[in-house]
Amino acid sequence: MREDEQALIEEFRRQLDDGMWAAVPTERPGSGGRREAQMVRDYADIPPEAQRVIFFPRASGG
Amino acid sequence: MLALLTTGLMATLLAAFLLGSPTLARFKGRRKRHAEGAPHAFDPGRERRAEQRARQLLRSCVNDVEWAMYRDLGFIRVDGRPLPDSPGDEDAPAPYAYLIYPHKPIVAYVPESGRLLSEYCVEFPDLTGGGRTRLPASDDVLAKWMALTSDEARVIGRANMHLVGRQHDPGHVRRDIWRLSEWERLGAGDTGARAA
Repeated sequence: MREDEQALIEEFRRQLDDGMWAAVPTERPGSGGRREAQMVRDYADIPPEAQRVIFFPRASGG
Repeated sequence: MLALLTTGLMATLLAAFLLGSPTLARFKGRRKRHAEGAPHAFDPGRERRAEQRARQLLRSCVNDVEWAMYRDLGFIRVDGRPLPDSPGDEDAPAPYAYLIYPHKPIVAYVPESGRLLSEYCVEFPDLTGGGRTRLPASDDVLAKWMALTSDEARVIGRANMHLVGRQHDPGHVRRDIWRLSEWERLGAGDTGARAA
């Protein structure tokens, strides 16, 4: 398990180093089902209840 | 594969962290193949499958109403943050909102009046290679949704702002706002989301 976690951390860093943003979809409490994303900048910031992290390219002016 | 699929892979990885290592090994294998792979020729089937996966991912992230909105109207509305000097009423209508279109600028407008404010040109280039330079349509929408709902100031700060009309037809956008209001008035967001 420790090896797996280390692999996850390394992969997380690699994605961010490759220029990706990372975020976790969440549901805001008391919002009547409204969902939003929470940006994650460090592996330790991932909420414990998160089931996945979504990586997507950084925004740039079009 | 496209960048946002990496997200799905990361989701798999996190699950693998909980469930064990086989998925992790599979991920490493896919990444190695991707790194070694030659550039792909355009493949309509692959593009269609990528869009289908993107739609599934989008659907799993947004709520039922937003999904039904995208499915029925082709765009998603995201409310803007309450203004700093406004009272902290969570139920108050948003002072402004965004319309997220695939591969088109984000449009800001005032829901109460329908007044168009500006369009924000922003791109999320596909960084994964494979001959594709832009994300599947639904991945583009998801990237905008994630960026806007998580860090609105950052994505807007990176965008190029113009008056509506540079890439969007203002008449078309006004018609979309009217379509959205009719869609909501008829309760399509409620019934449609359940039927989806």
